[in-house]
Amino acid sequence: MTDSQPDAAVLGRQIRKTFHRDTGEIVHALDGVSLEARPGTITALVGPDGAGKTTLIRMAAGLMRADEGELRVLGIDVAAHPQRVQSRIGYMPQRFGLYEDLTTQENLDLYADLHGITAAQRQERYPRLMEMTALGPFVDRLAGRLSGGMKQKLGLACTLVRWPELLLLDEPTVGVDPLSRRELWEIIEQLVHGQGLTVLLSTSYLDEAQRCGNVIVLHQGKVLARGGPQEVSALAQGRAFLAEPGAGQKARGLQARLLDDPNVIDAVPQGGLVRLVKKNGAQDPRQAGEDALAGLILTPAEPIFEDGFMVLLRRAVGEQGIGGSMTLDRPVVADASEMVVTVRDLTRLFGSFAAVDHVSFDVHRGEIFGLLGPNGAGKTTTFRMLCGLLAATGGMLQVAGVDLRHARASARQRIGYVAQKFSLYGQLSVVENLDFFASAYGLRGGRKRRRIDWALEQFELGALRRLPSGQLPGGFKQRLAMAAALLHEPETLFLDEPTSGADPLARREFWRRITALAEQGVTVIITTHFMEEAEYCDHVAVMDAGRILAQGTPAEIRRRAQPQAGREPTMEDAFVAIVEQARGAASADVKAGGAA
Amino acid sequence: MFEALLRILALTRKELLATLKDPRSRVSLLLPPIIQCLIFGYAATYDLSDVPYAVLDQDRSPASHELLARLDGSGVFHRVANLDRAQDLPTYINQRRALLVIQVGQDFQRRLQLGQAAPLQVIADGRNSNTASVAASYIAAVVEAFNADWNLAHNQAGPSIRVVGRSWYNPNLETRWAMIPSLVGTLTMLQTLLLTAMSVAREREQGTFDQLLVTPFRPVEIMIGKTLPSMLIGEIQATNVLLVAQLWFRIPFAGSFVTLYAGLSLFLLAAVGIGLFLSAIAATMQQAMLFSFVVMMPCMLLSGLTTPISSMPKALQDATLANPLRYAIEIAQRVYLEGAGLGRLFPDLWPMAIIAVVTLSAAAWMFRHRLQ
Amino acid sequence: MTAPDQPTRRRLRAKARRVWALIRKEWRQMVRDPSSIAIGVVLPVILILLYGYGLSLDVKNVKVAVVLESPSPQATELAAGFQLSPYFEPRFFNSMPPAQELLLQRNVDGIVRIRSDFARHQSIGDAQLQIVVNGTDANRARIIQGYAQGAVAQWGARLGAQGAGVSAGPVVVQNRLWFNEANDSHYFLVPGLIVLVMTLIGAFLTAMVMAREWERGTFEALFVTPVRSDEILLGKTIPYFVQGMVGLGLCLLAGKFLFHVPFRGSMWLLGASSMLYLVVALAIGLLISSLTRSQFVASQITLLVTFLPAVMLSGFLFDLRSMPAAVRLITYLLPARYYVALLQTLFLAGDVWGVVVPNLLVLGGMAAALLFLARLSTTKKLA
Repeated sequence: MTDSQPDAAVLGRQIRKTFHRDTGEIVHALDGVSLEARPGTITALVGPDGAGKTTLIRMAAGLMRADEGELRVLGIDVAAHPQRVQSRIGYMPQRFGLYEDLTTQENLDLYADLHGITAAQRQERYPRLMEMTALGPFVDRLAGRLSGGMKQKLGLACTLVRWPELLLLDEPTVGVDPLSRRELWEIIEQLVHGQGLTVLLSTSYLDEAQRCGNVIVLHQGKVLARGGPQEVSALAQGRAFLAEPGAGQKARGLQARLLDDPNVIDAVPQGGLVRLVKKNGAQDPRQAGEDALAGLILTPAEPIFEDGFMVLLRRAVGEQGIGGSMTLDRPVVADASEMVVTVRDLTRLFGSFAAVDHVSFDVHRGEIFGLLGPNGAGKTTTFRMLCGLLAATGGMLQVAGVDLRHARASARQRIGYVAQKFSLYGQLSVVENLDFFASAYGLRGGRKRRRIDWALEQFELGALRRLPSGQLPGGFKQRLAMAAALLHEPETLFLDEPTSGADPLARREFWRRITALAEQGVTVIITTHFMEEAEYCDHVAVMDAGRILAQGTPAEIRRRAQPQAGREPTMEDAFVAIVEQARGAASADVKAGGAA
Repeated sequence: MFEALLRILALTRKELLATLKDPRSRVSLLLPPIIQCLIFGYAATYDLSDVPYAVLDQDRSPASHELLARLDGSGVFHRVANLDRAQDLPTYINQRRALLVIQVGQDFQRRLQLGQAAPLQVIADGRNSNTASVAASYIAAVVEAFNADWNLAHNQAGPSIRVVGRSWYNPNLETRWAMIPSLVGTLTMLQTLLLTAMSVAREREQGTFDQLLVTPFRPVEIMIGKTLPSMLIGEIQATNVLLVAQLWFRIPFAGSFVTLYAGLSLFLLAAVGIGLFLSAIAATMQQAMLFSFVVMMPCMLLSGLTTPISSMPKALQDATLANPLRYAIEIAQRVYLEGAGLGRLFPDLWPMAIIAVVTLSAAAWMFRHRLQ
Repeated sequence: MTAPDQPTRRRLRAKARRVWALIRKEWRQMVRDPSSIAIGVVLPVILILLYGYGLSLDVKNVKVAVVLESPSPQATELAAGFQLSPYFEPRFFNSMPPAQELLLQRNVDGIVRIRSDFARHQSIGDAQLQIVVNGTDANRARIIQGYAQGAVAQWGARLGAQGAGVSAGPVVVQNRLWFNEANDSHYFLVPGLIVLVMTLIGAFLTAMVMAREWERGTFEALFVTPVRSDEILLGKTIPYFVQGMVGLGLCLLAGKFLFHVPFRGSMWLLGASSMLYLVVALAIGLLISSLTRSQFVASQITLLVTFLPAVMLSGFLFDLRSMPAAVRLITYLLPARYYVALLQTLFLAGDVWGVVVPNLLVLGGMAAALLFLARLSTTKKLA
């Protein structure tokens, strides 16, 4: 039959799919997409939210049917014989539905049983999966009690119990920390190179796309580009530069100004400098008039995938710039010496397990403070204690001079909180949500109306004001959550992994807002998995296993990285070095303790 | 204080919006009580309107014909067979072809004329003994009328006493008249309980509860903000049931609406209290929902809705004292049919107030406890 | 008959292994989730105890106010009749107003009024006994009236036996209640209870756990494995089928040893009809949950189409023949109706084939049709 070795593991031609929203809108999820994934390679689907990545992967998994077009997976017409495909591939959905009342081990066993994995194969694979995911100590824990990132890793482990001919991964590393991401990629690459496995994945981490053999850039259901990652990078050839901020200027400040420049396609802070991509055919930056590029010393840089991707994306979205600059109605009077958050020896035990173990740090007014750490490091627990949602077992903490847990309710007026996952009322429309939270914070009458108008305008939500917030595209949900947290003009803003799963464009917009807020005196405390985002922070603390391992400015942290061949060490290198060093010391301690 | 009121108002508005905005949930809240009310109104009756029976008339006399004709003419009994042999009798009962078999003895008329007692055997299908008892009481009534007329016609010294029944508030003793007012409480309790328990569990599951807690809301304000909308929706459902009772079933309303709604509000407060308490225990929406059913079921069984409380053993009768539905049914029936005023209902009102206070404070305690 | 060839056998073995893995998963979830235990174990036990010990339609010890307006010997004798009756708990008064007040306050359920002219009227053969009941509980009121008539008749019989010139009346009704001589309402409540428990576990619990998988997104990853739709269905049905049969066993034990309900039919017929009903209930649960994919909506619909009808429209409590034609037509669509008929017959009457065969056939047909529909509605497709 058709099962003889096909030329392409996945071959799609002119695939179309439309969805009908409740509001009567018609969405073209896929608009004539063709793709090919060659056997023994990794093919990445990249693109912003709503590009159609998930729909495409679900179709390849036989979970959805295309309206038009042809899709063959492993040589099989997947629309006609979904089961034959499903029996031969591995698939990890974006939200891997673990059975929360089964343990880690039981979840893994279930998938091994369903795939018919023999005992011998299990013996070989389980230890490796445990090592990769660092779930070893948690095999007997119920999946529902794992942290978000650990759940994601377990989902991945369940997918990888079997090494199929084709692996479909839908954003497999969302919410997964850099350490685990590295391990995961090692496994994937080893499977591809060692066993000749084919992988089709979607990702919003552009550095991951750079590691793939083949990249398909999708935007609103259309293919913008396809080919090797270097071909995409090449689009920014000769246009990527590094710029140094002037004395007393922060990299993020320069970056914000650069983004407003019509001649600049993209700018991000990197290692204390700003990386920028200029527009094609623009005038020589050194001759530019009063724009942001004036007077900057630009060092040409080797373009990376992200640069090329941004070129493509900016071309597709047209002339409009990256939004996100914003102004507060009432800037906070900034006194940079004032301490907004003070934490001393903060400890939280769950049973005998110390989720947060003697953590101390300070945050000054108007600062951006970043809390970095692998999954399960205790970042969210620390956050919940700071916001008064969880009682501390020991230690002292003060936010704006009080412990929110015991302070009067009105003290909470001074903070804003954006939770890790979208937590506004999905059934209510954008305006209804804003109206409710405005009232909850005691706004009323003209002031309430003004603040809601402000939020709709600043976060560009006006056009979607009537849409139920649950139906908003991902990036807009995030905007709405932030808008709701800023309605009452808080002095301090807590953001728990706000950019997890957001596409690069959305992340730039997000950070522009954060930068603007900090400039106007708002103190921002944030956790993130994107290490390059630590570059936006004034201070960073790296946490693991409940403890703070390192604290300081991004430059100080970066210095702790191992020297890298051929390039400047990045924040991520520093992070990995710090965490691995601490873990090595901890296991050495255990061994020493055991020997004593 | 004023600030707190405004916050509660905002939460109430948000709850109502979230519940009633979606047409599907609007339908699922408002339609089932009406449908259930219609079905229960027609189905939940112990009154019989069609009793199939067979006759083994061994006398075949004018007297036995006269008696059977009266049965046939009653509008309730309808004869499915005239049996010739006693052996045929079990088939009709066993195979459910007849609910009753009436056996008239050979000397029926002779004994009557002699003034002796003439036995009339009634064999009933006891598989549902309640239905059988009701059918037997219908027969007794027909026979009594026959006896009275026979005595009059034959001038015999009959039974010297006529029993004259009089029934207050429900002259024809229709089950429906008693059943539908009690549904006002029963149907609203199920949904109110569920709605309250689910609304808190949903916020917890979706993470919005944390978002609420970082706003200036105090736990008490959140509880009030959750209580009011559920009560309001409960009142709307109760109103729907009342409308069906009056406009469709045409059961006359004897009391005052103010009294009824006052009692109902107290009842709904108690139901919401239980719902809040359950939601404080439940970790997920699913648990909240299932716990609600587990609580609701005994509440319905121990409410006197289908079986009388006074027929229960003492221990269970005591247990019903903690069941708000018991009082709600009593209040609804008494206000609706008797026209009882608040003063007379006092014995039913204060226990509900106590239940409401106990469950609400337990829920408040649990909320604070869980937040630790 | 040829032995299945090698690949077929291997395929079947793989299939069995997958189903077994799913069953084990389901079982673990069931055991760990307190709400499954609440519905599958706690609620049935509560129902059994309540139905067995608590609920009864039998009216006993009715509190009545006997108003004796003039204490003539005959009247006193009649009043005493109420004291002798096992059904009544009389309190005596000599005027109406206090008795009426008691009735209004619901301290008594009825008033028996023996008028002051009772003796005079009785001598001319025209005496009246007035019974006043509170009609807000219509069923109870009617039963009380019936009992009162009975008490009067017995009084008449006693007088007649003493030769006091009052005859027992021309036609005397002799009631016999087949299958339930003692007129014990447990006899029909326990079979009804089995229907409730089976419906609860079969339809309600199954609808919930299936919808839960859709809601939590656990199906998406499961779908893209070698698992077939029918295996998913089997993995869901078998554990709840077993739990349903355990529930049945509990009810039977309680019925026999706690409430001494006779069982006159054959056990295997009971088993067969219960299994059939359980399959029907399971299929309804699966169907509802695959159509709604939401626990809340599924629970509401299941309640509306299975549980409430099992109580109200199955003939277990209320007589089907007395319902209006439209409602009666609906009852023909309800599997509970056939199961109740089977249970009541098997428990109290025995193996009456005329009842058993048609009802079993209908249940069987429903099971086949619903299973087919459930299979159709469970496709490995999203959205």
